[in-house]
Parts: sequence; structure tokens; C-alpha cells
Amino acid sequence: MVDQTGIMTMAETGSWVWTTLATAAGGTMLDGFKQFVNEWSVPQISLPLFFMPIFVLSIVLYRKWTKPIWFWPGLIVFTIVYFGFIFLDPSYAAILKKPDNVPISMMIYGTVFCLWMALRQAAKNDHSLETGQPLVEEGREDKVLCWPDLVYEELIAMVLCTALLIVWSVFLKAPLEAPANPAGPPNPSKAPWYFLGLQELLVYFDPWMAGVVLPGLIIVGLGALPFIDVNPKGNGYYTYKERKFAIWTFMFGFVILWVVLIVFGTFLRGPNWNFFGPFQPWDPHRVDKLTNINLSEIVYVQTLHRPMPESRLVREAPGLLFAAFWLFALPPLLAQIWPLFKRLRYQMGFARYYLMSFLFVVMMLVPVKMAARWLFNLKYIIAIPEINFNL
Amino acid sequence: MFQVISTYIRESQLWNSFFRHGPPRDRRTRVMVVMSNLFLHLHPVAVRRSGIRLSFTWCMGGLTFFLFIAETISGVLLMFYYRPVVEYAYSDIVQMRSALTLGIMREIHRWGAHAMIISIWLHMMRVFLTGSYKPPREFNWVVGVLLLVLTLLMSFTGYLLPWDQLAIWAITVGSKMAEATPFMGMNGPGRELLQLPGGIPLVTANSDAKFLLLAGASVGAPALLRFYVLHCIAIPLAVSVLIAVHFWRIRKDGGISGPM
Ligand code: HEM
Repeated sequence: MVDQTGIMTMAETGSWVWTTLATAAGGTMLDGFKQFVNEWSVPQISLPLFFMPIFVLSIVLYRKWTKPIWFWPGLIVFTIVYFGFIFLDPSYAAILKKPDNVPISMMIYGTVFCLWMALRQAAKNDHSLETGQPLVEEGREDKVLCWPDLVYEELIAMVLCTALLIVWSVFLKAPLEAPANPAGPPNPSKAPWYFLGLQELLVYFDPWMAGVVLPGLIIVGLGALPFIDVNPKGNGYYTYKERKFAIWTFMFGFVILWVVLIVFGTFLRGPNWNFFGPFQPWDPHRVDKLTNINLSEIVYVQTLHRPMPESRLVREAPGLLFAAFWLFALPPLLAQIWPLFKRLRYQMGFARYYLMSFLFVVMMLVPVKMAARWLFNLKYIIAIPEINFNL
Repeated sequence: MFQVISTYIRESQLWNSFFRHGPPRDRRTRVMVVMSNLFLHLHPVAVRRSGIRLSFTWCMGGLTFFLFIAETISGVLLMFYYRPVVEYAYSDIVQMRSALTLGIMREIHRWGAHAMIISIWLHMMRVFLTGSYKPPREFNWVVGVLLLVLTLLMSFTGYLLPWDQLAIWAITVGSKMAEATPFMGMNGPGRELLQLPGGIPLVTANSDAKFLLLAGASVGAPALLRFYVLHCIAIPLAVSVLIAVHFWRIRKDGGISGPM
């Protein structure tokens, strides 16, 4: 019989073993490691140098890592590291154990696991397509009766889901904080976790972009997807080879711009929306200097060494030109110079191509603006605060 | 003895009014079972073997539906003990936490909502990665996108109801975005364009998009009531209707997708 106290003592013993081992292995090494992770987890380093490479490799090497012999040991090592640090660091433990953060861990595991299942079958199918063998999903006429096959499957899924939900609910009490106080905002104030990717974008964009235009375009883009993806292949089976562009674009949006940004927003954003590494206590008094400057200043003051122009239009001309180029000139240009887009333009026709490429360049504006912030401290491309129009 | 009782039951008028056929032991009765039950009848009688493999659908659509039902049931139970009024909302939740009769119902409802969001995302990812939004299933994908938006809104409106610090400030942060809606938010770009002659602005704190959402300039009693009604009635109703359309279309589009 393992009751709740049993689990507690097991966890405590585990923690004791861990700490002893860790001290034996040299606490300083561990501290050095923690400091390294704290410093390198800031978005400008971890996004381009950690998350993006993992994402890119997971698709490029999809035939390799999805083999069970790689995946399962990898998952076990990941799990040991992911949960192991709960015993090694109080700040990390506080983040992971926060009841409202449990869904984030489930989201991470769910996404990794489902991506594995999908890419594994894609690898098998792509191999079959190359060698002319039947697909995993083959067999149009191979039918089974709904009762018992499907009904039982659903029943089992329901029972397992219920069991999970009950265990989760028994062990974790739903949080309830102090009564609402309209005069005293907590610091940090966070939106519900599933919107934190958007809240994270507020670092780079004004609310009208991060909170209205971008989510609006996500919805429009998702709805338009079946009408702009005219590739007839890959309908009803897992494959990567036959629809590379669709998979790269969608998965970049979902994994990097949605899931990873949510992880940042929930786990690593503390008071004043400052960034804190996973092993860093949340210090509410830390003040981060903001030295961001607008594109107009970069162009006129820093590059041309002139005073800022008086006229609003002249002042913002560089940004307006850039935006016009990005939104209106880039799509036709891409159709000229990038072979992939050239082919898409031909296959999709005028309306579909321009809808798709517009959505594409707007989506790409997000990483571009992020990179510009990290590299040049760029605040706004266009800044017309007089009419609240800052991009 | 057992035989006698069971035959007696099986031949009773009561039993036969429930079940129109024998137990599902052979092909004919197995077909009958699905055809004669409204709920099972959502399924086709025969399905493609590869389509129902767990590794194909991950059962994520089914689990999303199941979690929606679990949320409905636990939500109705919570509604008996909750009043959407600023004076009572918080204390009702406090009481609910200590009331033994409800046990873990609030937990089931809260964690179930989180789980539903994860499962709907994974469902969408599976539909995308199998290319199942391609013809003839484009329409059903769009229905799915609407379901996604409504599910997120359902969760968002529910977040406010406990009326604690977490709740009002999360909704404050979220609804601040509406304030910045281009043309329609009081801090949005271009709102100056909407003016009455004489320079009277049309879009103010009391008439912008955020006001529409919150029924006030900030999160207060009217927002609580509005979110309650949306959360418990309006959005679930819309979701139910759309789920019905979604399921109906799955069958009309030829069942779970597969290679042509
Ligand atoms: C309340 C939310 C939803 C529920 C209850 C639901 C339920 C289901 C179920 C039970 C299926 C059968 C196959 C499966 O389990 O995968 C299905 C299929 C499908 N769903 Fe959903 N779904 C929801 C949301 C969505 C969303 C967000 C999308 C996409 C944006 C979507 C698009 C589709 C499509 C296109 C199919 C047909 C797939 C095929 O034939 O292979 N659904 N849905």
C-alpha cells in the first residue's frame, strides 16, 4: 500500500539521495551548470541556439531519432533531467510544482510524444513510398465493425482519461488565491497559460499586434489552410516528404511560436515580466534597463548622424518603406527568386498565392522583429505614438 | 436458477422496450446495436481498420469530446453552489472547497478544462499531420477552427468565475488587448478616425471593444455576470451545435480519412 505519506517519504528519500550524490560529485560543478543554464536560457540565446536547432533537427533527422531505440532512451533521459532538478533546485521546483503549471508539463510531453508518433509513421510511409510498398494506413476496403472494435477502444480511452483526471484532482487541489482586489495587481500579472505565447509577444509588439492582429490572423490562417494548401498528396496518411513546406510552416508556428513561447511565458517570466532562468529565484526588485531605440533613430541619428526630422512622415519613412516592402513587395519578389515560391505561385494561382504569402510574411515578421530586437535593440519599426500606431 | 431469471428478464416487456435485439454476439446483432442506439449511431456501422488505430488518431478528438462532457457534468454540479455576484462568488468557492459533498468536483472541472485545451491542440496537430483537412474535409476543418476558438473562450470566461486575484488579473491582462483593437479600441491605432462631426470621439472607454467584452471599462460585477452567462450557457450551446455538425460531417465526408 502506497498512501500519500508513502509517496512523500519516497520523494524525500529520493531527494536526499540526489543531494548527497550531487554534493559528492561536487556542488560547485552543479552551481556552475545552473549558472550556465540561467545565463543561456534568455530568449535571444536559447531560441536561436537551442530550441530552433532542436526543432530543425527533429524534422530533418525524422527518420533517425524516431526509431524506438533512440526515442525511448532519449525520453527517459529527458524525464530524469526534467524532473530530477526538482530535487536539486528550489526555484525550479517552485516553477514545476505550481499547480497551474502542471498543464505546461503535460503540453510539453504531449507535443513531444505526438510529434514522435507522427514523424515515426511519416518515416515509415516515406520509406514505403520510395520503395513502392503499401502505406501504414493502406487498405481502403479493410473494414471492421464499429461494435466491438471502435466502441471498446473509446471505452478504454475514456476509462484511462477518467483515471488520470481523478488522480490529478486528488493530488492537486485547484488553486484559489486571495479575494479579487481591483486595486492591487499581483506582480507578474499573467493571462491564462494558453494565451501566454501572445503575452510573451508583447515584449516585441504593441498590444494591437500581439493581442488583436496576430491572433486574428492565426484564426484566419488556420481557417484558410485547406483552401491554400492545394497539394493533393499526403491526404489521409502521415508523410513528410510529400508536403515539406506545409509541415515546416505549420510546425514552426505551432512548436516554436506557440508552445515554446508559452513555456517562456509561464516558466521563465517573473515580476515585471523580467526574464528569469529556470534556477533563478524571482526577485521582484530587479530592474532591467530598457535601452531600445526606434528604427528612425537608428537610421537618422546613428547612421546618418543628423537630427531627427521634424515631419512625421519623413521621420517614419524608413519604417513605412520597410513595412510596405515586407508586406507588398516581398510576396511577388519571393515568387520571382525563391524556386519553391516560384513553383507555389504557379501551382496555386493568383489569389491563393497572395493570401498564403501574405500570411507567411506576417508570421515571419515575428521572428524578424525578435531578431532585430536582440541584435540592434530595435524598439519599433514604425513609431507614430500620436495615433497609437507602433509596429 | 440464473437461467430462469435471466430468461424472465429478457422476455419482459420492460427489457424489450429498451433493447430491440439480442446481445451483440454475431455480425447481425453487432450492426443492430450501433443502428438502434442514438449515441452509438454517431458512428458508422463499419470503419476502416487503419483509421481507428490508436497511432493514427491518438483518440484526441474523442478525448476532447469526452472531456467536454466531463466538463458539462462537473460544471452543472458546481453551478448549484455558485452565485455569479461579486459579494458571493469568492466565498461560494471557498465553501465549495470545504464542502465534502462536492469532493474533487472543482478540481475535475479545472484540470479537465486544461486537459481539454491540450487535447484539442493535439487533435488539430494530428489532423494537420495526416493531411485530413484536404478535400473533401475542408469544411470540417473550418468547423474545427471555430470549435478551437470557442473552446479557448470557454476556458477564458471560466477563469474569471472564482473571483480571486488570479482570476481578475488574468482577465484584466487578457481583455486589455481588446482596448488596442485597431479602430475599435480606445487605445487602438486609428480610433481617431471614428469621430462625429465636431470632433466628438465615437470610440471611448465606454463604447469600445473592451467595453463590449467586459460590460464596463474594467473587470467588475457586470463582467462577472457576462462571463458567467457566456461560460455556462452561450458558448457551451454553440460548442454543442458545432460538435454535432463536426461529427455529422465526419461521416458525410466518408469517415476517418485514409489514403485514396
Ligand atoms: C471541441 C472540439 C473538437 C471535438 C470534440 C472534435 C472531435 C473529433 C472527433 C471525435 C473526430 C474523429 C477522429 C479523431 O478522433 O481524430 C474528429 C475528426 C476531425 N476533426 Fe475534430 N474535434 C474538435 C476540434 C477540432 C479542431 C480544432 C479541428 C481543426 C482545426 C478539427 C478538425 C477535424 C477534422 C478535419 C476531422 C476529420 C479527420 C479525419 O477524417 O481524419 N476538429 N474531430
